[in-house]
Amino acid sequence: MDIQWFVVLSAFIFAIGAGGVLTRRNPLVVLLCLELMLNGANLAFVSFARMYGNGDGQIFALIVMVVAACEVVIGLGLIVAMFRRRLDVDVDALSELRG
Amino acid sequence: MIFEQILFFIAGGGAIAGALGVAILRNPFYSVLALVGHLIALAVLFLLLSAEFLAAAQLVVYAGAVMVLYVFVVAYIGGSDEPLGPSGGPVGRLAPLFAGVLFVEIAIAVIGSGLQALGTRGPQVQTGGGREAYGSPGQFGELLLTDFLVPFEAASFLLLIAAVGAVVLARRRRGLEDTGPVGSIGHDAPESDDPRPEVVPQGDPQVPTAGAGVP
Repeated sequence: MDIQWFVVLSAFIFAIGAGGVLTRRNPLVVLLCLELMLNGANLAFVSFARMYGNGDGQIFALIVMVVAACEVVIGLGLIVAMFRRRLDVDVDALSELRG
Repeated sequence: MIFEQILFFIAGGGAIAGALGVAILRNPFYSVLALVGHLIALAVLFLLLSAEFLAAAQLVVYAGAVMVLYVFVVAYIGGSDEPLGPSGGPVGRLAPLFAGVLFVEIAIAVIGSGLQALGTRGPQVQTGGGREAYGSPGQFGELLLTDFLVPFEAASFLLLIAAVGAVVLARRRRGLEDTGPVGSIGHDAPESDDPRPEVVPQGDPQVPTAGAGVP
């Protein structure tokens, strides 16, 4: 398969994730859609690494996966803390920092 | 190669279906399961791009570990259905349009970028086993420990910071459990017989926050 198929697919996944981040209200699902966006970027990295034939893009994708794992841990910790304080788990209701 | 194309379309369709499932399904638990399917399809795509180590890491780290974390949190919070629909305001209503425009824009930017190799399958690389093979663990290790040593160490440090931060964020604060809704916390300070005042709510203007640090 040509490389551009993979890149266009990654753009599509990224766009779906962006739409999900904008529409969904549950912060858990917003985090999941963020994962989608990161995965789209990862697919683009790996495609371009294959296009150039060296492994640098794959290293970058691995680092992106590490950062995504950190983001998930912090985000889920925030959601659990919100749930413990009996706040609404809804991004529209949480428009200010002070609970 | 016809087999490769068939595999690409199956995996690509699976990835798109999983992504749409994450963004559309109403129950968060099903969203997590759709993301697992999406990640598996993405690992197949990585294999097609001969990034073998990355595909394995994707399966083990993402679809294995991170998704288990999600499942636990969904089970803890309780996956309640949310009304779909736009969330009010013009942003929620225009979001699908925005996503479509974003896709078209990125696709035009990539295809119109004039990169000659986009229409090819990439250069011939040595695959299979061995230390020099493309996408193999040997190549990964060599790159990580020579050219990319600083990002590698920074990533490990970032993971440590994230772990400590998650423990600090999600730890049980004594006194906050039984104080009811959060709006009333600021008015009656929690009386706890614990001599250490570790439960002073942050940002309360009446209470000095000198002793409210992390114990």
